[in-house]
Amino acid sequence: MTKSNFTRRGVLKTGATAGAGLAVPTVFTGAVWADGHTGFTNAPQGDTVTLGFNVPQSGPYADEGADELRAFELAVEHLNGEGDGGMLQTFSEKNLDGTGILGKKVAFVTGDTQTKSDAARASARSMIEKDGAIMVSGGSSSGVAVAVQALCQEAGIIFMAGLTHSNDTTGKDKKANGFRHFFNSYMSGAALAPILAAQYGEDRKAYHLTADYNWGYTTQEAVQSSTEAMGWETVNSVLTPLTQTDFSSYIAPVLQSDADILVLNHYGGNMVNSLTNAVQFGLRDREVNGKKFEIVVPLYSELMARGAGENIAGILGSQNWDWKLENELGERYSGTNAFVKSFGEKYGFPPSQAAHTCYVQTLLYADAVTRAGSFNPCAVAEALEGFEFDGLGNGPTLYRADDHQCFKDVVVVRGKESPENEFDLVEIVEVTPADQVTYEPDHPQFAGGSLGECNPGA
Amino acid sequence: MEAIILQVLNGLDKGSAYALIALGLTLIFGTLGVVNFAHGALFMLGAFCAVTFSRLLQLSHSVVDETRTDFLGNPLKVDVYYVQEIFGETAGAAIIDWAVPLSILFAIPVMIAIGVAMERGLIRHFYKRPHADQILVTFGLAIVLQEIIKYFYGANPIPTPAPDAFVGSFDFGVLLGFDPGGIVYPYWRLIYFLFAAVIIAAVFAFLQFTTFGMVVRAGMADRETVTLLGIDIDKRFTIMFGIAAAVAGLAGVMYTPINSPNYHMGMDFLVLSFVVVVVGGMGSLPGAVLAGFLLGIIEAFASMTEVLDVLPGINQIIIYLVAIIVLLTRPRGLMGRKGVMED
Repeated sequence: MTKSNFTRRGVLKTGATAGAGLAVPTVFTGAVWADGHTGFTNAPQGDTVTLGFNVPQSGPYADEGADELRAFELAVEHLNGEGDGGMLQTFSEKNLDGTGILGKKVAFVTGDTQTKSDAARASARSMIEKDGAIMVSGGSSSGVAVAVQALCQEAGIIFMAGLTHSNDTTGKDKKANGFRHFFNSYMSGAALAPILAAQYGEDRKAYHLTADYNWGYTTQEAVQSSTEAMGWETVNSVLTPLTQTDFSSYIAPVLQSDADILVLNHYGGNMVNSLTNAVQFGLRDREVNGKKFEIVVPLYSELMARGAGENIAGILGSQNWDWKLENELGERYSGTNAFVKSFGEKYGFPPSQAAHTCYVQTLLYADAVTRAGSFNPCAVAEALEGFEFDGLGNGPTLYRADDHQCFKDVVVVRGKESPENEFDLVEIVEVTPADQVTYEPDHPQFAGGSLGECNPGA
Repeated sequence: MEAIILQVLNGLDKGSAYALIALGLTLIFGTLGVVNFAHGALFMLGAFCAVTFSRLLQLSHSVVDETRTDFLGNPLKVDVYYVQEIFGETAGAAIIDWAVPLSILFAIPVMIAIGVAMERGLIRHFYKRPHADQILVTFGLAIVLQEIIKYFYGANPIPTPAPDAFVGSFDFGVLLGFDPGGIVYPYWRLIYFLFAAVIIAAVFAFLQFTTFGMVVRAGMADRETVTLLGIDIDKRFTIMFGIAAAVAGLAGVMYTPINSPNYHMGMDFLVLSFVVVVVGGMGSLPGAVLAGFLLGIIEAFASMTEVLDVLPGINQIIIYLVAIIVLLTRPRGLMGRKGVMED
């Protein structure tokens, strides 16, 4: 097992039980964990348990972070029996009854990731060491997720990832203490490819503009391999600096190429600006090779779509979840309306997919603790591994044991031509079933790294 | 050939923003001797003048539409704009559509007032302090300003489109006899370049052909003598700070349809604009303009696929490489004057 010498404070906090904790083997059955409330980092004392929500509260993703925080607050309310209960009513597991987690009232602390790995690690460390957080969740960037996940592994804390889409989070950088509900680049590519083929044809030439960092690479690789597999040709792929604001000089060569599809592997401000620039240069009005030129944005975000305004009209992309799912596609996506109602009545607008994944992760953690009968991270991990559930908005979902990645349907959306308001910017085109976006644990795009051993810390 | 022409055009619009910001920076440095790291924030404030004015034009009251529902199934509240109630539906919609150009009228007095307040309230206390102190205080001010904007407007980019008449692009290549679709250039970027040219010409004409401008130029050349002649040069320099703020602000206003404004857009331009000032020559107004366009075009060329294939990553360092080469061969920059920043 992994021994952690993470902090002196953490060791002191678990006191005399630390020795016993170090002696705990990692492979256990649920029954063994059942009475274990000691022997791991930040074992809850008293009648409260503290969760740590690490979200961007400053920096370019601050609005997305604010939405995540709203969802976390709502989840804590529901766990403590306040409000209307939200998805507790629809969740296939009925272990959560509004009395907190294992009878302990849920409290929370927040940290500011600033969407910087070092700042995110510092705030997570502070929540673990100073505030005694038993679990850390949230975030809006894969770089941050990978960094905080590694820290939590080292500290003996469960990390329930927020919005992180890079393959690496549950690929080469996966950790035994880390779990991701959000979908990933591979799934975007696999979900989009058949719909792109159906909408735009199989004889297409794609030009990729890719953000020059980890998420950009994995997204491009995923979309490129999926689209090439169905017959598309990739004519060029250009990396763009993360700090780039004006993409005109990158759009111009697209005009000179014989590409008839532009794939923007960009997120956040990059996506807003590159898409706006592409539309300004008339790409959507072009005809190349006798076909109408099209633009694809593999990862959509409602909050970013607002920034791009009317430029997103007609653009295809993928999402982890959409607040209209249950209304449009029925009961398979139950839980969606319950969450939208809770969130909408409290805050006055529908939740983003970032908010949804954070809310769901909090409930899944609480449920896993309850089923395990322990806050011990190794017991919680064991309860989450291979866990199948439903009623949380995505349809039947599996938390795969091999890589701690959730497998569920992926939503393919298109920017609305005439949105009625700023919250209704995309329309659901189709949902790609989970089995079409499922891959083997040893798939090349996820190669390298291993989960390692669960670390209870202390 | 089409690719080269297109990159020149791309360089011109980006160069326009660099030139306008660098022009204001140089005006402030040349008159007050202050290295103003808050100048990028003034560009950002200008953009948010457009956002604010656009929102003012879209002030509305809600009317419940019983025939439609919102996302929770409640009767939908529909916004009715006051502008349309006052001026009629068509005229009101046209006014809202033209929000960005109209916000120039709003931004000029606001930005001059902000500039004068900034100079009188803070920066004048640092005239006799080292440049390092000036940089620190103005950089701190820039951070404060952008955090204020983030508090009120959020961190997400805010779409602020051009009037419908200028949305889209025109085929520049056909005019030059190339194949259709080869050189397509957005209308608004062309307008931005022309606007920048007019502003730059206006600033030069103001300094060259007005008595006020003549006194300011005299003050820039020999402050003590002008003061001994009984002229309150400080007051004029304060006004020049306001004008420089307005120039940066107008650059920001007109930039909003090119890229949706956000609170840190000023920082994105600030460092590059300083490089432009240094390459152009500290204190040289024509140098700032020349270097702005030159570096804009060079940056555009460095982003060409053909160039990146040979020199990967060159687009990220090209401006700094050019700056190093210029400073090694011409230490005062392209058009720098002797004695400026050489003490």
